[in-house]
Amino acid sequence: MRIFFYYFVFPGMLFSILLGIFASWFERKITARIQWRVGPPFLQPLYDVLKLFSKETVIPERGSEVVFIMSPIISFVVSVFVATLVGIAQFYPEIGFQGDLIVVVYFLTIPSLCIILGGASSSNPLASLGASREMKLVLSYEIIFWCSVAVVWIKTNGLLKLSNIIHFQTQTSPVIYSISGFIAFVLAFITALAKLGRVPFDIAEAETEISGGPYIDYSGALLGFFKLSQYVLLVAVPFLLCELFLGGVNVLKYIIILILIILVENTNPRLKITQFLWFAWIVLFPISLIAIILAIKGL
Amino acid sequence: MNRIKNITKSIWVFHFASGPCNNCDIEILDVLTPRFDVERFGIKLVGSVKHADAILVTGMLTRKGAPRLKELYEMAPKPVVVIAFGSCASSQGIFKPSYNRTVPVDEVVPVDVYIPGCPPRPEAIIDGIVKVIKKLRGEI
Repeated sequence: MRIFFYYFVFPGMLFSILLGIFASWFERKITARIQWRVGPPFLQPLYDVLKLFSKETVIPERGSEVVFIMSPIISFVVSVFVATLVGIAQFYPEIGFQGDLIVVVYFLTIPSLCIILGGASSSNPLASLGASREMKLVLSYEIIFWCSVAVVWIKTNGLLKLSNIIHFQTQTSPVIYSISGFIAFVLAFITALAKLGRVPFDIAEAETEISGGPYIDYSGALLGFFKLSQYVLLVAVPFLLCELFLGGVNVLKYIIILILIILVENTNPRLKITQFLWFAWIVLFPISLIAIILAIKGL
Repeated sequence: MNRIKNITKSIWVFHFASGPCNNCDIEILDVLTPRFDVERFGIKLVGSVKHADAILVTGMLTRKGAPRLKELYEMAPKPVVVIAFGSCASSQGIFKPSYNRTVPVDEVVPVDVYIPGCPPRPEAIIDGIVKVIKKLRGEI
């Protein structure tokens, strides 16, 4: 019974959706204030989702129906699962299992895979274009994220359980206070932006050029599930960054990471996909290898 | 009834431009700027008609635009509101006696609100939005 409570109520579904709605509102409000506007009312993301769930759902005639319907739902379910595992490590450190860090990092790719599948199954040319861009994004940023996680693993003497990593950092000092840890944090932050689809790397969605990319044919409740999984990831990914590099989650650290994401989002233009591939493989990937070497040297 | 009330709190607008002179389109962008900022009411422009709650038609309907407008209206997830924006879309404006005119917007798709003006001022647009919301809530 407890496991259902964890999944559906506290660190899982209800908690992460509510916090994600707050985070999304916060993001839109800060963006509006930066642009000297008033911004949307509190709970605006909730109104959006309620509206989407009360609208008609149109399924494209020529697409693959099962994949089209299942991918938003799987994306939502898996993001909630990630949020649950990440939340359990912080709030209930005694449960959780050995190696849940690996499970979390693997499961964080599944929402991106669902975007690829959903976009490709809708038989829309722009959606296919978005899906192919998302595929290139995943293939490039994923290895950098793994390398920065490996730095944490080396710095904490080979711990693979999230709650143990938090405990280790409270005993000694957070990973970010070392050179390699700081580099790894910056790399993980950049990949988190790409995972969340935020502006320098929102190449797959690209509202202004391919008008939503993979989401273009989604409507009603299915789009609502994609929105919800974005809200949940806006909680899970910053939580994971806090736990890996800053030694545990608290309100201040979460807000700081959120504000960093929002500021980067509002002060950068979107990259082209070729620029992103160059940036990831020529610039970031060698830096992540250097960070690993520094971590092995004990810096 | 409740379904329609949910829409009034977050209206996502799809902009369909069929042969406008671009004055109306620029006025639409004005409404999104800091001075008027319709995101206060949860209104935003979307790029796909599948996400839309309102279709905003500008311009004199052209021979190529008319069948596409009908198609877009059929594609949009219901309930959806159609707004005829500007004199041309509402009543064909100065092109009424023209030899190459097509039918008005309201003969192709059912129009809920007309916003007259050439182009309408941003205040008129916001007034039109308020009328849409009141109509959806059943207050008019």
